[in-house]
Amino acid sequence: MSEIAQKVKQIIIEKLGVEESEVTPEASFTNDLGADSLDTVELIMEFEKEFNISIPDDQAENIATVGQAISYLEQNAKK
Amino acid sequence: MTFKRVVVTGLGALTPIGNTYQEYWKGLKEGKSGAAPITKFDTTLFKTKFACEVKNFEIGNFMDRKEARKLDLFAQYAMVSADEAVKDSNLPLQELNPDRVGVIWGSGIGGLITFSEEVKSFAKGDGTPRFNPFFIPKMIADLSAGHISIKYGFRGPNFSTVSACASSTNAIYDAFTYIRLGKADVMVTGGSEAAVAEAGVGGFNAMKALSERNDSPETASRPYDKDRDGFVLGEGAGALILEEYEHAKKRGAKIYAEVVGGGMTADAYHITAPHPEGLGITRVMQIALEEAGLTVADVDYINTHGTSTPLGDIGEIKAIQRVFGEHAYKVNISSTKSMTGHLLGAAGAIEALACIMAINDSVIPPTINHFTDDDGLDPNLNLTFNIAQKREVNVALSNTFGFGGHNFSIILKKYKG
Repeated sequence: MSEIAQKVKQIIIEKLGVEESEVTPEASFTNDLGADSLDTVELIMEFEKEFNISIPDDQAENIATVGQAISYLEQNAKK
Repeated sequence: MTFKRVVVTGLGALTPIGNTYQEYWKGLKEGKSGAAPITKFDTTLFKTKFACEVKNFEIGNFMDRKEARKLDLFAQYAMVSADEAVKDSNLPLQELNPDRVGVIWGSGIGGLITFSEEVKSFAKGDGTPRFNPFFIPKMIADLSAGHISIKYGFRGPNFSTVSACASSTNAIYDAFTYIRLGKADVMVTGGSEAAVAEAGVGGFNAMKALSERNDSPETASRPYDKDRDGFVLGEGAGALILEEYEHAKKRGAKIYAEVVGGGMTADAYHITAPHPEGLGITRVMQIALEEAGLTVADVDYINTHGTSTPLGDIGEIKAIQRVFGEHAYKVNISSTKSMTGHLLGAAGAIEALACIMAINDSVIPPTINHFTDDDGLDPNLNLTFNIAQKREVNVALSNTFGFGGHNFSIILKKYKG
């Protein structure tokens, strides 16, 4: 697993208070990991802070699963 | 119309001298001080370096981390004390009609810590607004009432009272009134505050409202002592379950006391200074007695607002003498803020609890830290200095006043069938 994927998982575990085993690539923040709309906004903000990027709202709307977050950040995070 | 009777059937407290209502009451009877150096932030540059903080509080023991993160400390305190009161009441949660159970919860300030942290973080940035999505729902002062209702599914009247240091007496009085008018069967009420923070201490210091007795925190809160120099900031929560009498009787609830009346007035004088003739506070006690259908001679104990400020303490005692006349010499008077510090919007709730426990235990909690008499106070009054006194208490009156000139009194009576 990439360093980015590892960090993304850590943030999700921390913010949503879920077990590591639940944080699978297919897991949806709202349907599987118990996030509400505010949790989702907070997660995106946490990704922005951790990876020092700005995620536009229209792109943030497409980040609904763990896998989508990892792949977006692997492509866009500043190296 | 006929008014319903209202009784107290559950208690909860999270205070600087005890983290349950029983520990709190034990602390009050023992004359324990909750004051100590502040642990929540670095006080090096602050005039006041101590407060009455809640001790050994670990929110993880009460709710999961994810839930707790969305609650400011004042709401965490609310949840913990409300939970204690709900459990203590033995309410049959599955059988209650949730539409007839409400929550009215007071807080003077709300999420001060959350507000400070978010604004500090914004100020450190480049001006890009990056506020946490939980910022507003953590900060706003009404959210404790919302959280309590969500946890238990109570769908009756629900709101928060904000009347500074009178907020939770305001909440209790409103809860009493709703039940009395038949608009609810059960109300969870009380208040919580968590303002021991840079902004809280710094703000009150700027008003010269806080004691600066840094060399002796535990003797700093000394209401009615000649050398009092301001109040000691406290934090925590107090919770009560109020219930319509027939509802309580039907389910065989244990009844701690009856709420028989209260009152509310305004000074209409100054934002922070008490009215020089104590007009509002005189009238509020008279109104409360009238609503309760009692005379001054019925009252055994007065738990005062008594914050340990030079002007406020004297004004209240003079108002008591004006209202009670000769009977003022026969009542026990005490300020439990000498032990707990001033819990601001939670003060009225824990002080109502002190009255209820005094009624149940026949003990008057003391005004500790009395060293030197104040010439401005009548020496023949019984201010219950330093040591608790045994006394049968049938009727207790609790006063709470807030910045803005809000005055509240509430009267609690021993339960008799």
